[in-house]
Amino acid sequence: MTTMFDVGNKVAAKAVQLCRPEVIAAYPITPQTVIVEELARMVQAGELSAEYLCVESEHSVMAATCAAASMGVRTFTATSSQGLAFMHEMLHWASLSRLPIVMINVNRALGPGWSIWVDETDSMSQRDTGWIQIYCSTAQEIFDTVIQAFKLAEHRDVQLPVMINYSAFTISHTMMPADILSQEDVDAFLPAFEAYWRLDWRNPVTFGNVISDEYAMEKRYTMYRGMEAAKQLIPEIAREYEQTFGRYHGGLIEEYRLDDAEYVLLAMAAIGSEAKVAVDNLRDKGYKVGLGRMRVIRPFPDEELRRIGKGRTLIALDRNISVGSGGVVYHETRSAVLGVEGCKVYGYLAGIGGRDVTYEDIEGMALKVINGEADPDVVGWWDLKDTGGK
Amino acid sequence: MLEVRFHGRGGQGAVTAANLLAGAALRDGKKGVQAFPHFGGERRGAPVASFVRIADDEVRLRSRVYHPDIVVVMDRQTLESTDVTAGVKEGGIIIINSRKKPTDFDFSDRFRVAVVDAAGISISRNLLVSGIPALNTPMLGAVARMTEDVSLESIMEVIRQQWKGKIGEANAEAAKEAYEKTEVNR
Repeated sequence: MTTMFDVGNKVAAKAVQLCRPEVIAAYPITPQTVIVEELARMVQAGELSAEYLCVESEHSVMAATCAAASMGVRTFTATSSQGLAFMHEMLHWASLSRLPIVMINVNRALGPGWSIWVDETDSMSQRDTGWIQIYCSTAQEIFDTVIQAFKLAEHRDVQLPVMINYSAFTISHTMMPADILSQEDVDAFLPAFEAYWRLDWRNPVTFGNVISDEYAMEKRYTMYRGMEAAKQLIPEIAREYEQTFGRYHGGLIEEYRLDDAEYVLLAMAAIGSEAKVAVDNLRDKGYKVGLGRMRVIRPFPDEELRRIGKGRTLIALDRNISVGSGGVVYHETRSAVLGVEGCKVYGYLAGIGGRDVTYEDIEGMALKVINGEADPDVVGWWDLKDTGGK
Repeated sequence: MLEVRFHGRGGQGAVTAANLLAGAALRDGKKGVQAFPHFGGERRGAPVASFVRIADDEVRLRSRVYHPDIVVVMDRQTLESTDVTAGVKEGGIIIINSRKKPTDFDFSDRFRVAVVDAAGISISRNLLVSGIPALNTPMLGAVARMTEDVSLESIMEVIRQQWKGKIGEANAEAAKEAYEKTEVNR
């Protein structure tokens, strides 16, 4: 085992290389560009044997990736923000074709009113496309999750694409140490991809043809079943990885200091890491606070939230906004825990558009709820400037 | 946990300095190391800041450094436009690339101030990047002098790994010279 000390994006590229993708289609966009540049360098230097396609847009990236995956090869790509939004149509194509594509999306705010900093609205607005969504908090978690994601996506019971997300700059461009597995170790954990269907000119059949209403609903049902299988398999694969390599970052939710907690923060990615410091500080001050770090948003961890929420107050911190509704984690959590005994859910919007969120901010939000100064039916805007009555 | 903030101008190597400092601490056995730039408009000549955290265990913070233990001022002109003492912890250290005395700075009564003529050291060793003296490697030598969390030996070694051959060796020697020539007010 060697330790790599580099930015999150370079650690991600290293993990991708070890997974031996055969086709990578790419279009650059800050802040993910470092990933596809590093993969291009590896292909050029002969360190990665893959077909590298420079295409003219993100829509074409996903079209090319779908085409390559349809030929039964392992594929990878990466994007951010506007690039992910531009892929939207083809994201549906990937999941409806049951293609096990793995993609990294570095969460970045959407424009105009340009901010290239972290905001999770980009991936949250793709949550109905049938992609599994995982969120990472450390370079090590990115490395380990990339390897597990291919195994998950390619599992016979899943066969759905996976989107791995992490925060722009605060993770993508931050140097952190990560332990790197050998090629032999990765090959043993992640065998070569055996497609369950593929386009084959020697055996011509039609895929993706007109199925009308006779079967279209059943097709969605089988995708739904694939997501349900992923709910079981994400923790199972994570435990298998732990048994093999000794590292575990949680299943659908990483539970932190929940034992006797009365209040549980729900947060993800960069805020999900910073929140551990806030929990420690609040514990030192005598408050019974814990953290549920949301690793997976699709499939949504309903059962875990009902178990965690029983008799507790949940405080969802959303770095995303569905304008006209509120934070996605807040609303989906409220829906999941409806009727759970003694469970209240509060929601805060924090760090929208990339504003820095410190452990002091997180402690502040928790204390508002603890001190009875928050309303569970009103989404709180944390650290909001005066907008002049508008 | 030790938190460091570098002030420089784009092209002076403040971001590389932060990365090298964290890498040296990792080499010294610190498990929790983190380095990142302040993600503003990074371009040659613009004021830039970069940050380092060094701890015995995993660093979980992802926010910027607001209360540094050490501030490194690569470019003395920064002193005219930026309050480099902003948020510095009590008993904090400010390390400046300057030919002045530590007590020449008006904040020397509130903070430990260390000075080293990093530009002079680089010019005397002909360490020029596009005609501009390299400031980051000597400033790292001064940082090693001011904290026990990172050794001069590791600073020199990560510099040699960053730039192979003669250039790396010359930069490592510049760090060593700066380490020896750093002056402190207290």
